Amino acid sequence: MIEVENLTKRYGRTTAVDGVSFRVQKGEILGFLGPNGAGKTTTMRILTCYLPPTEGTARVAGYDVFQAPLEVKRRVGYIPETPPLYPDMDVGGFLDFCAKIKGVPSASRKAKIDEAVDKTRIGDVRRKLIGQLSKGYRQRVGLAQAILANPDVLILDEPTAGLDPKQIIETRELIKGLGGDHTIVLSTHILPEVSMTCGRVVIINKGKVVAEDTPENLTRRLRGAGALRVDVRGEAAAAASEAVRSVPGVLSVRARAEAPEATTLEVEAEAGRDVRADIARAVVSRGLDLLALQQVGMSLEEIFLHLTTTDTAHAEAPPPVPPASPEVTA
Amino acid sequence: MTALRNVWAIVEKEWHHYFGSPIAYVALMVWTLLFGIFFYFAFSLFLRQSMMAAQQMEFGGGPKMSLNEWLIRPVMHNMAVVALFLAPMLTMRLFAEEKRQGTIELLATAPITDLQIVLGKFLAAVGLYGLMILAGLLNLALIWHYASSPPEWKPVLTGALALLLFGSCFLALGVFVSTLTRNQIVAGILSFCLFLGVWTLGWADDPSAGPVMRAVAYLGVTTHMEDMVKGVVDLKDVVFYLSFIAFGLFLAHESVQSQRWRA
Repeated sequence: MIEVENLTKRYGRTTAVDGVSFRVQKGEILGFLGPNGAGKTTTMRILTCYLPPTEGTARVAGYDVFQAPLEVKRRVGYIPETPPLYPDMDVGGFLDFCAKIKGVPSASRKAKIDEAVDKTRIGDVRRKLIGQLSKGYRQRVGLAQAILANPDVLILDEPTAGLDPKQIIETRELIKGLGGDHTIVLSTHILPEVSMTCGRVVIINKGKVVAEDTPENLTRRLRGAGALRVDVRGEAAAAASEAVRSVPGVLSVRARAEAPEATTLEVEAEAGRDVRADIARAVVSRGLDLLALQQVGMSLEEIFLHLTTTDTAHAEAPPPVPPASPEVTA
Repeated sequence: MTALRNVWAIVEKEWHHYFGSPIAYVALMVWTLLFGIFFYFAFSLFLRQSMMAAQQMEFGGGPKMSLNEWLIRPVMHNMAVVALFLAPMLTMRLFAEEKRQGTIELLATAPITDLQIVLGKFLAAVGLYGLMILAGLLNLALIWHYASSPPEWKPVLTGALALLLFGSCFLALGVFVSTLTRNQIVAGILSFCLFLGVWTLGWADDPSAGPVMRAVAYLGVTTHMEDMVKGVVDLKDVVFYLSFIAFGLFLAHESVQSQRWRA
């Protein structure tokens, strides 16, 4: 649905986007991840025909953004970082205007507006001036505007920025629900959002794609030096560490928590070497009760930091030891 | 067809902004108020002059005074000056505000062309300006009601046309200036200076001047009003105004497009 090849955008001397390539299949939700200034917004602006690329091509539904911008625009719904709204218009009037410029035929205009209003749950503010709406409602009006013409592709630049947790969850649900019918590209720097909503992630840093995969694969790939979590009954940090350290292939052991019920250790092992069975045997043979032994993936947050902070981190430093819980909370 | 619909959608939106804010009301109020004041003064002058003429008549006749010449023409000329001041008010926000609010991104990513956006905004401004002219002309209805021999209506119509064409030149230029900045005030001031510059070109009009000065004067927007206010619509004046407007809109269009490349 979206094909981006070798896309480059320079502003004078600065290169905002540098040879970015990726593809998005129909119905897929792609997460576009990167620190501020990585080139996310620029890439999205090129995809929506707001900016022309300096080099490379981008095609949406087979139409080149440069050669057939009107065809592309007809198929793309877009919310920029700050939703483009007229504060002196009421929500209904604004959506009506958007429907007109998006070429929604007048016969189905009312139905389409009703549908978008329902989907984004803004029915109760329909008669209100946009200038009086809260940030969350504005964001949703922006979303309503984007899905209004039922576009094949939705491009959402930080759709949950500035929302409260409840609204964030609602917006995520909404986006998830839109996937399938629509092909979605969404940018964010809130990482759990990506693992929750997106089927695939493109991580971009300094204008370049540094990783592209499913959130699970990325996590697996970067597990690298295989972090483990070992739970042992009782206050036995010293003894347990001792036992685990004796296993060949274990690089480091760290006690995370020690309590009468259980002691938690974090173990880092050599990459590609499965030491789980050896650890279990070592612990049990010392007379300790092994409660849990678990492989801990890096959270997306850590992968993100890992990929975007140091370019050479991959080769040299082992990834940071992940926290005990593999789940990251918002 | 879709092109027209798109242009119309922009016109409607701009009218919504004009009438949803004080802009339209202030512009209409100032315009009609000044029209009324100028009309009143021109009318008093006309009355005094015709009184004197009537006295002279007893001693063997004076010139017959025409309402068109003494009343309507000077008012039209004064209103041209008012247009110079009010036109920036109508155009300064057209693009500057869209850029400041970021809504230009909405327009630029919608399936409409830049030309349709520029035309829509220009026509919205011309529409409001046309409404102002019509409201001003209501003053003249008084004459028809009270004058014993009503003035000719054709020069009034061509005078209004002259005002419309002349003001539209400013509006087209103003649309262009508005694309240059995201600050309305800057757009307003720049437009006013530019309008004033174009206006003063007409002052070079002097029969004794050389060909260069004559050419400069030809570009002045006021030079082409004279005949029309008198009731003579010369095709070359109309063509001048239309090409001036087209040039202004061309600049606006190029400016909008080029900003995509630079932005």
